[in-house]
This record gives sequence, structure tokens and C-alpha cells, in this order.
Amino acid sequence: MNIANILARKGSMAVTVRPEQSIREALALLDRHNIGALIAVEGESPVGILSERDIVREAARNEKFFIRVVADLMTRDVITGQPHDDLLSVAHTMTERRIRHLPVIDKGRLIGMVSIGDVVKAQRDHYQGEVDTLQTQLLADERRPTH
Amino acid sequence: MTTGLGTPERPLRVAIIGAGPTGFYTADHLLRAPRVVEVDVFDRLPTPYGLVRLGVAPDHQKIKFVTHVFDKVAANPRFRFFGGVEFGKDVTLADLRAHYHQIVYCTGAQTDRRMGIPGEDLSGSHPATEFVAWYNGHPDYRDCTFDLTQERVAVVGVGNVAVDVVRILCRTPEELATTDIADYALEALRKSRVKEVYLLGRRGPAQAAFTNPEVKELGELADADVTARPDEVELDPLSRAAVERSGDRASQKKVEILKEYARRQPTGKSRVLTLRFLVSPVELIGDEHGGVAALKLVRNELYATSTGALQARATGHFETLPAGLVFRSVGYRGVPLPGVPFNESWGVILNDKGRVLDSDTKQPIVGEYAAGWIKRGPTGVIGTNKPDAAETVECMLEDLAGGAVLEPAHPETAAAEALVRQRQPNFFSYADWQKLDAIETERGRAQGRPRVKLTSIEEMLAALGR
Repeated sequence: MNIANILARKGSMAVTVRPEQSIREALALLDRHNIGALIAVEGESPVGILSERDIVREAARNEKFFIRVVADLMTRDVITGQPHDDLLSVAHTMTERRIRHLPVIDKGRLIGMVSIGDVVKAQRDHYQGEVDTLQTQLLADERRPTH
Repeated sequence: MTTGLGTPERPLRVAIIGAGPTGFYTADHLLRAPRVVEVDVFDRLPTPYGLVRLGVAPDHQKIKFVTHVFDKVAANPRFRFFGGVEFGKDVTLADLRAHYHQIVYCTGAQTDRRMGIPGEDLSGSHPATEFVAWYNGHPDYRDCTFDLTQERVAVVGVGNVAVDVVRILCRTPEELATTDIADYALEALRKSRVKEVYLLGRRGPAQAAFTNPEVKELGELADADVTARPDEVELDPLSRAAVERSGDRASQKKVEILKEYARRQPTGKSRVLTLRFLVSPVELIGDEHGGVAALKLVRNELYATSTGALQARATGHFETLPAGLVFRSVGYRGVPLPGVPFNESWGVILNDKGRVLDSDTKQPIVGEYAAGWIKRGPTGVIGTNKPDAAETVECMLEDLAGGAVLEPAHPETAAAEALVRQRQPNFFSYADWQKLDAIETERGRAQGRPRVKLTSIEEMLAALGR
């Protein structure tokens, strides 16, 4: 299983924001789409990622964080994924690097976002499926006299 | 309008398109729901089970045992099967919208990905799935021909389909004769002159998709020696680090098995199966008659992407592998259904967790859903479709509760059957299938085989006395 299989059943694209937009606007977007991170883009190219954690960090020390702009708080050094990256590597990297959102880039273009929740669900379904298939085969062993 | 829907007086009526594993899992989840649901499962083929009958290899009968689970689902009086009825041809989307509250597409990934290289369409170059459908007795593929007079065969890909194909090519007629392989395929393979079979992996042994039981089986063939190249099964530093990092015992074991194959000496068996890694075909070279004569291969090396996934890229080193028959198995794709929004990038129906989305607004289309490979792409084992179907059914029940269902003009159970009878008088019911199943099993018993398949619709109709 790879990232493409996760994106295939997610209707929504990644939600983007421009670096010069305010944090208030960014919060409105997070709320409206019920998500945890936005991708900052200039034109088509991603230039950073703004997560709820980035905003919380600023809010803890600055009463006036609402009027700051996305460019001030976003993380610029973004780890991105590609559609053919396998689930195991992605899960490992997201856990080790403590990343909760992975923008997915194909041929230089942003095509979606995978969250740690998506990855955990995909892994759970994958293992559940394998267990179910193995159990069915064990049943076959028990009832094998026919052939 | 939707009050009281999902009760004994007004059951929720659902049409499922496709009677493969996902179709059955979807039906199962619906029939277990705390609402009264009636499901009608449509399939363009007369027989149910999809790839369990027509994809799973005939020498892997244990995997086919899952059909007993499906039969239990079908035994529910609120389940009906309409076999031999094609969506978009015999019944249209408009027909279904007039008869059902909800429609679920479970049509799988019906076509193969192309390699996209010169010479791919030379005669003797085939999708592996056609060979699989042929030896499994798929009515649409029973007349395919494969040139088994060739001595050298290459199979591109290392997924389970590729492994099935090399194994069937390497089995003896005696081994195959105890399976439910199609009779005509058994006869053709009896005359096979294939001597050397190559399985070609783009990446290294640690990244190969095949499972350890599958690769072990290749080392236990009655009359084929298995081998690999020591330099190709030796892990590169990136793969070694990835295997150690993940602590994945299965990958470590896989590499050990392959290393053992590389050390094996030929024992003089009639056929030799060679497992190759880190090579990709860049061209199929033809002979003077327009048939495949050889593959031009490029040697690959691995690199790590930013998430640490290992991908292959070509080096400048090429080699030529002579082969007169080539099967490609480099991935599958869903096929668009008439009138249903399609996501071209992923080869799936455009959906969100199984709710079909409008291409323009990206908002859910009321009453239409997808599950299985046509929803997430071709990945996972048969059982993976169970949690996948559960997610779709959860959306369906949520929408039922919210009143977002179709309002069919003819929701009566009898109306749908009348429609099917009118459009496809020769449809196959589940009872018909059970008769065919009994006939096939009986024919098999006489020969010590699990079954002898009926492989054409005419044969099936005749067997039912129609």
C-alpha cells in the first residue's frame, strides 16, 4: 500500500493558504474544513506548512497572534511525500520526525495531504484484512477433507 | 419521505454492482446493520466471487475457501443475485435510480497498467491478467491464445499476480491436474515447451511485493529449479538500513530465502525459474515476424525519497534478455463506469470515504457509493476489502439517518426483478449458481479435482437446462 491509495479515497485536496494571509483567516480555514494544517503556497508551489501546533505555540506567548501573518509562523522546511512512497516508510518517518501532516507532491505539483490519522487507519485496515484472510484460511485447514 | 425507511414495512433497497469479495463484504455489513436492508447484487458474469474464482490461482484452493463466507451472506433471504446482468448495458444508472435508495459500485480494477515502452504491443507480449483470466476459465478470455511453444518467458513485476503466472508456467501437468484450472488451459500447458522463466523486479529483494509463503513455494516446485543472482539478492546499504530500521522480520526472512536460492545448484529439473531484481524493461525487441524476441533491460539503483521510501532509478547499464513470450504485471487500474465520476489520477471512482463525489462541485452525489479497489486502488489482500466496505456502509447508514437517499419511483422488491427479467431474461440467480457449483464439483470429483469449471455462458445455460 502506498500514499496514492490513501489519497484515492480522500475526496478533498489539501487546503492551501497564502503566506501573507492573517492567522485569523488561517484559523477560519482550519475550522471550516475541520483539519489540522494548511499548506502555504505561492502560485502553485508550496513554500511552507502551518499546523495548529504552530498557532498554539504563538498564542501561548502572544495575545495579538491573530493579526500575525502565515509567513511568520509557518514551518518552511517541509518534509513532503510522493504518491508511490510506501505506507511503512511513511508511517516510520512521520512517527520518528513527529510530523502529523505530509503534503504530497507529484512532478512538482501539490496533489494532496496525508495526516497521521490517515496513515494509522490505513495500517489498521491493512492488518485487519490480513488477519481476516489468515483466519479464513485456517478454517479451510480445519475443514479440508473434501480436497 | 425517508421516515420509516429501513423498517420491515419499508426496507432500504440497495443495488451492489459487482459480486466480488467487496460486493459480498458490502452486502454482509448492510445485512447486519440495525436497519432492515434488502440487497440486490449485480454482476456482468453469470458466476459470483469475482477474482476469487477468476483471479486467485487454481493451485491456491485454500484462499478460495472464503467463498464459504460469501455463501453464508447469500443465504440471507434479503440477498439476491442477478448474474449475467451488466451495468450500463442491461441496466442503466437511471434504471437503478428508479428502483433503489442506494447504489454501491464494487467493480474492482479491471484493466492492467501498461509499461509504456516501445514494442509493448508486439505479438507475444500480453498483460499477465489475460493469462490469469484464461487459465481460470473466464468466459471473456477462454479463446485467448498464448504461444507456449516458446522456450523462454519473461514476467515483468514481482506482485502476487506475477508470482502466480511464473508458478503456473513452471508446474507440471500432473501438479496442475489436481487443481480447478480450466480444462483447455490444462491441455495447452501440457504441450508447453517453456524451459526458462524469468521474473523481473524493478526494485530490490527487500522491496518485492510477494509474500514469504509465495516465494517459498517457488523453491518447492516438482520439476523446476529456482535460482537468483548473488549480486542481485545482496542488500544495498539503503535497503539494509531500511530493513533494520523497521525491524520487519518478514523482510529479513524474505531476503534470507532469496539468498538461499542464489546459492542453489541446478538439480537438472526440466525448467529453470530465475528471479531477477533491480532491472526494468525499456524496450521489447521484435523479430522479423513482429513477435517478441528479447527484452532490453536497464539496471536500476535505489534511492531514498524524503519520507525514506526506496524507489528505483535507471543507471546507464543495459542488457538484453532473449524471450519469445512476455507477460506484464506492473499494476492495475479501475475502469470508468458510464455516468459515474472518475478520478483519472488514481484510476478510481471520485469519492470521499466511499461517497461518490460530483466532478465539478466535489460534493457527494446522493445515493451513490464505491467500495474496494474501485474506491482506493488495487492494494491489499481479499480481507482488506472488509474494513474498506465497512467504511462505505457507515457512510450509507449515516446518509440514511440524515435522509440523504434516492427516492425511487419503484422501490418494491418485485419491481427490480421484473426489470431484470425484461432486460436480461437469461439472468442467473444464486440458486442457479448453486446448481452450477454442484455440477462443477461433481465433474471434479470424478477426476480428483476441486471442480471442473464451466467456462462459457452457453455451457452454463445448457447445464441448467435452458
